[in-house]
Amino acid sequence: MVRFLLGRLWQSLVLLVIVSVIGFFVLNLAPGGPLSQFALTPGMSDAQLARIAHQMGLDRPLPVQYWEWFTRLLQGDWGRSYRDNQPVLTVIWSHLLATLLLMGTSTVISVLIGTWVGVLGALRRYSVFDYAATVGAMVALSIPTFWFGLIAIYLFSLRLGWLPAGNMYTIGDGSLLDYAVHLIMPSVVLALVNVAVWSRYMRTAVLDVMTQDFIRTAKAKGLTRTAVLTRHILRNALVPMVTLLGLQLPTILGGALVTETVFTWPGMGRLFLDSLGYSDYPVVMGLLMLSAILVLIGNLLADIVVAVIDPRIRLG
Amino acid sequence: MTEMTFQTDPAPTERWWQRRVVKRFLRHRLALLGLAIIVVMVLACLVGPHLLPFDDLYIDLRARFSPPFTGAHLLGTDPLGRDVAARLFMAGRISLLVGFAAMLISTVFGSLIGVVAGYYGGKVGAVLMRFVDAVLSFPQIFLLLALAAFIKPSPIMITVIIAATSWMEIARIVEAEIKSLRERDFILAARTLGLPNAQIMFRELLPNAIGPIIVAATLTVARAILLEAYVSFLGYGIQPPLPSWGNMLNGAQQYLDSAPWLAIVPGVAITLAVTGFNFVGDGLRDALDARSDLT
Repeated sequence: MVRFLLGRLWQSLVLLVIVSVIGFFVLNLAPGGPLSQFALTPGMSDAQLARIAHQMGLDRPLPVQYWEWFTRLLQGDWGRSYRDNQPVLTVIWSHLLATLLLMGTSTVISVLIGTWVGVLGALRRYSVFDYAATVGAMVALSIPTFWFGLIAIYLFSLRLGWLPAGNMYTIGDGSLLDYAVHLIMPSVVLALVNVAVWSRYMRTAVLDVMTQDFIRTAKAKGLTRTAVLTRHILRNALVPMVTLLGLQLPTILGGALVTETVFTWPGMGRLFLDSLGYSDYPVVMGLLMLSAILVLIGNLLADIVVAVIDPRIRLG
Repeated sequence: MTEMTFQTDPAPTERWWQRRVVKRFLRHRLALLGLAIIVVMVLACLVGPHLLPFDDLYIDLRARFSPPFTGAHLLGTDPLGRDVAARLFMAGRISLLVGFAAMLISTVFGSLIGVVAGYYGGKVGAVLMRFVDAVLSFPQIFLLLALAAFIKPSPIMITVIIAATSWMEIARIVEAEIKSLRERDFILAARTLGLPNAQIMFRELLPNAIGPIIVAATLTVARAILLEAYVSFLGYGIQPPLPSWGNMLNGAQQYLDSAPWLAIVPGVAITLAVTGFNFVGDGLRDALDARSDLT
């Protein structure tokens, strides 16, 4: 297993390098490149711009600049925000927890509902429920997340007045219950797409496991239906799901961005959009890089978990 | 003369195969529904603006915020008094065109990467596929927004940017398909005949992978329409006064209480169009999968 994990770690490092090259390329696409902020300053002459460019090392060959940028990235120096001159990592850090809270809650919801729908669909294959779940999943995948959020706000906040329309807590309250009430709508909205994906894969995985010999053996030795289902079918069907969760990370993170904007949730997505509005490129780049790194780490973690729970990989 | 008939007449086996696919597709009720939705929407967007009494840019100041089904404006008006129905149709032209064009670009590019990576394999394949993995590590919407913010937005640029962030899946599918086709006898024969690599890749291999490509391409249209909606909703996509389904929703949130139809109408159009393409893609997948006859 050590060998397998070292191999995966190596792959992730290679990917990290390629990801950083892409990030660097995108950064240099910015109008005027990293200089853009200074070019906007009134009364800035070309000579002054050239001097700043020289100070920032922007007149050197691109590979040299890339290497400089990448090593600083590894050392945790991600530049400073154009807006308040704070270090990029500090700015991002203050928004990270809100996003993780939203993503975490939403993922728990989607895994629970998705597993239930997928298992039931597989056990009652071709039933009305199965058919409805299939069609429902495809429609759910077709609904724009932000629009679903708008409709939810319209119904549950504006018309029924059951839930708050946005923000993470009420100013002056901030109790645990208050957080929970604010969390319900955005996390359910974000979960919709993932329930659809999760239930589809779960259904296939359960159908796959159900035809295996060891399930027949388990039934033959007289185990109850529940025991076969939970201890044998579910346990084995959930293994590929861990990998899927890792692969779904970019989608969940991207979905969080859109959901956060609709619900004015103070997370990374809101920060990303605000920074775009202010042309705060260091923060935009930082978020872009950090999201990719989070995804790489997530995939690596998923592989480790699978290796730990699946003896075929652990021993092979 | 005989040579001409030989060339114009397709091989009978191929025709039989095609008919099987068509039959299987026609048996797929959801796919037919999806196809119907798409056809109706395309026709509505093409013909609709000519049937309505209002132009999409006409500002009816006395009828601002009219609700749907109340006055002369079928689907109501927006904050400027523009006819929502007229804007919906014109926006549909843009959104569907952007979705379709982005699909074409990403399919061509993705297939190209996939076929080269799958055919050459080895180091070339590894480098190309790691590049695909790396691009997939970025949340699509983050990458899309960053690119859209850095590059001056125009409908063509938005299309290119959407394509630039959605070709990877097709590349993966094509690479896997080519890798398994590469070992087949007819490719060995082509190699033995001394055909150039380019000809083997594009005349022998790619046509045999067309099924999965078509399925992926259909689903890519759905995703591209959604992506356009996302970026335009957030203000970085298609810029007004040019309407798109996404930017019609851009200001809708602030009028959610007083004029909910501004949010509901374009959202329903997006959902319908995307559902249509997803249904058709799903139907095509089943129809092109020979195993589906067995169950």
